[in-house]
Amino acid sequence: MLFTASDVAQQVVSGLSTGGVYASLALALVLIYRSTGVINFAQGEMATFTTFIAWSLMHHMSYWPAFLLTCLIAFGGGVALERTVIRPVENASVLTIVIVTLGLALVFNGASAWIWGAEVRSFKSPFSTRPIHVAGVAFSIQDLGIIAVSLVLVVLLGLLFRFTKLGLALRAAATNPAESRLVGIRVGWMLALGWGLAAVLGAVSGMMAAPLVFLDPNMMVAILLYAFAAAILGGLDSPIGAVVGGLTFGVALNLISAYWNFVGGTLKLPVGLTVILLVLLVRPQGLLGRRVVRRV
Amino acid sequence: MNARSVAGVSWRAAVFAALALIAWQLPHHVSDFRLIEFASVGIYFIAIFGLNIVTGYSGQISLGHGAFMAIGGYTTAMLIVHRHWNELATLPLAGLVAGVAGLLFGVPALRFSGPYLAVVTFALAVATPSVIKKWGLTGGSSGLSILTFHSNRWYYAVTWISAGILFVLGWILLQTKPSRAWRALRDSEVAAAASGVNVAAYKIAAFGISAAYAGVAGGLLALLSFGVSPGNFPVQLSIYLVVGLVVGRLGPLVGLLVGAGFVEYVQIYAPKWVSKSPGVPTVAFGVALILAVFLATALGALTNRWHTGSRETT
Amino acid sequence: MARLLELEDVHAQYGQVRVLHGVSLAVEEGQVVSVLGPNGAGKTTTLRAVSGVVKTSGSIVFDGRKVGRSPERAARLGVAHVPEGRGTFSELTVWENLRLGAYTVRHADFERALDHFPWLARRRNQAAGTLSGGEQQMLALARALMARPRLLLLDEPSLGLAPIVVGEIFEIVRKLNEDEGLTVLVVEQNANIALDNSEHAYVLEAGRVALHGTSTDLRKDESVRRSYLGY
Repeated sequence: MLFTASDVAQQVVSGLSTGGVYASLALALVLIYRSTGVINFAQGEMATFTTFIAWSLMHHMSYWPAFLLTCLIAFGGGVALERTVIRPVENASVLTIVIVTLGLALVFNGASAWIWGAEVRSFKSPFSTRPIHVAGVAFSIQDLGIIAVSLVLVVLLGLLFRFTKLGLALRAAATNPAESRLVGIRVGWMLALGWGLAAVLGAVSGMMAAPLVFLDPNMMVAILLYAFAAAILGGLDSPIGAVVGGLTFGVALNLISAYWNFVGGTLKLPVGLTVILLVLLVRPQGLLGRRVVRRV
Repeated sequence: MNARSVAGVSWRAAVFAALALIAWQLPHHVSDFRLIEFASVGIYFIAIFGLNIVTGYSGQISLGHGAFMAIGGYTTAMLIVHRHWNELATLPLAGLVAGVAGLLFGVPALRFSGPYLAVVTFALAVATPSVIKKWGLTGGSSGLSILTFHSNRWYYAVTWISAGILFVLGWILLQTKPSRAWRALRDSEVAAAASGVNVAAYKIAAFGISAAYAGVAGGLLALLSFGVSPGNFPVQLSIYLVVGLVVGRLGPLVGLLVGAGFVEYVQIYAPKWVSKSPGVPTVAFGVALILAVFLATALGALTNRWHTGSRETT
Repeated sequence: MARLLELEDVHAQYGQVRVLHGVSLAVEEGQVVSVLGPNGAGKTTTLRAVSGVVKTSGSIVFDGRKVGRSPERAARLGVAHVPEGRGTFSELTVWENLRLGAYTVRHADFERALDHFPWLARRRNQAAGTLSGGEQQMLALARALMARPRLLLLDEPSLGLAPIVVGEIFEIVRKLNEDEGLTVLVVEQNANIALDNSEHAYVLEAGRVALHGTSTDLRKDESVRRSYLGY
């Protein structure tokens, strides 16, 4: 790999694009963590499952309608999941609920293989793979497109949370559930909504990733690990942290694997593990998070 | 020991003796083919027993015990292939190496609470195959082959004798002071520390010991599978162990045997009973895990931390 | 006058621990009623029972409707509960806190809130958690008013506040009651100020109603004077 300015620029943009994928999934994790303290281990597999749904839909309609329909289905699925599977154990310990999410991960992973088969497929990208030249450097339109979609998603979500009554209620329910109930907010449904939104984030993450890493039942396992790294790096209770962490980690991982031969393309997963370990040991609240990881 | 615990010990010794007798007689009554399945059950049992020590007793969840199994399995394979060791002799070493790895891991693990530890161990399980592939001695992606063959009975016997020894050792360990310390830890770290329990030491020890168990299980797996490869230790393995543990802990200690059997036989019977499509066993495991948790919650068996609180399992 | 709130033989428990042993009380529309008693008597639990935050048996009727099962329902029916410790959303801004008060209604009545607490306008973008204790109590009160409640449940408003601030708060509550007919049920450890500002009072001891009557009568009562008024 050449260390020229244009190469680095290309790697950075590539990194931002995969970073966008990680950021979306990380944001989903943060959404659920903030409101319930639960780390949803099924987030990646739910994304895979919805991406498979999109794949099937795309045989019957063009890309963007399928994309939007998938997001809707993901939303409904997420809400339904929270109300049926999580609600019965909502008063149990956090660890118990985490184990339930683990079970969900298995279910979705297996279901994807069961329904669609284990073979690797290609997935349509709405963006062409032709390069675009900016300041003499060639960038992939696909990369820029993924960055754009991720940005739009994050901005939309931010607008929802900041400027709507519903978003306000979601924020309130996440941090002060008891007081929220007194004001008339149905906290249970807010949590379900959170799951729905998280599922949409996951679906987008999956649909952006699939053209790059190809669609198969285990597609999101590695990406989930990277999303964990991103979310922890940014601060597990900070939505902005998830985005910053995702982009940062994406760029860093790309640069490391491009320029450090030892890591190359084969030791990327251990890099994720290392980031997780380092952040939790050195600065557990991440870059932008507030709550410190309790020891007990 | 008071009268009650003497009675408890005698009862358990009797159950153990009965099971040992069954295990001894079993090869005479079942097909040779089944023996390999039972051997696999034994391997899972050892791994789950170990997992129980760190998760059920000291309350530290591990989604990465497949990684410790990999360490043990590769230790065995490398000693046999590169150094021509006797197969049985490699097993204690597999346990030792994995145990040391567990101790080393246990040190930073102290700093992580429940869900965070789950994330770290999950990352460990996912990242381990990459590390294995990178290291030349391990045979990379293709792994190592163990080319000595034994009868099915041999594997059955080795596995279950190891399981028996490890069970007795573990049981003795859990009867003594460490067990009380672990239980105190599990129920309240603050209280345990206040009453003089060296929280850190016990938690690290729990990790080390449980990893050692997983290491032996990994070594046995290597023998049974005639070798190792990175593909033998996917993240699903670590999670299946957790499923086996949760399902097994719905009942008394013998439940872990049931849990181990569960892990082995779901993989065999799900394709037969439901559908041969890929992913079916995984779905079965997922559903089983969720149902088991629901059941345990409903039975009130889960207290504030995830394990079955006051139900004594030894 | 109509009985706006009526509790009849209410028992309440937290898990296995029973805290209320058959409490009966009534609040008529337009009244200010106070609940007095020592720590642990079950005063806060009584308010929680009305909101439906705690498991109860017995009858709790608000405005002719059964309540006590869910706080969301109580809020929608017109009960505003200001819990112990203010219950402000500390990470949200003052304005957002007020906005949430009006969650159950279509039209957020900022005017009324700012009428009584004009200083809030200046602090609209300040994080609620950075306000002083007294200011947070007033914010909580303002928030409670946003949904135009029929009944205000006020839990230990004086807790942790300087006497002057407590006085201000009770004055505002008094005004709200006299000028706007807001019915108030207030739980207070400070029996003096509670009796000064309410018409009717109940004394709770160990989860039971030990005494009740008009505030003037209770003021004169020997045991009340000795135990709660300090003379």
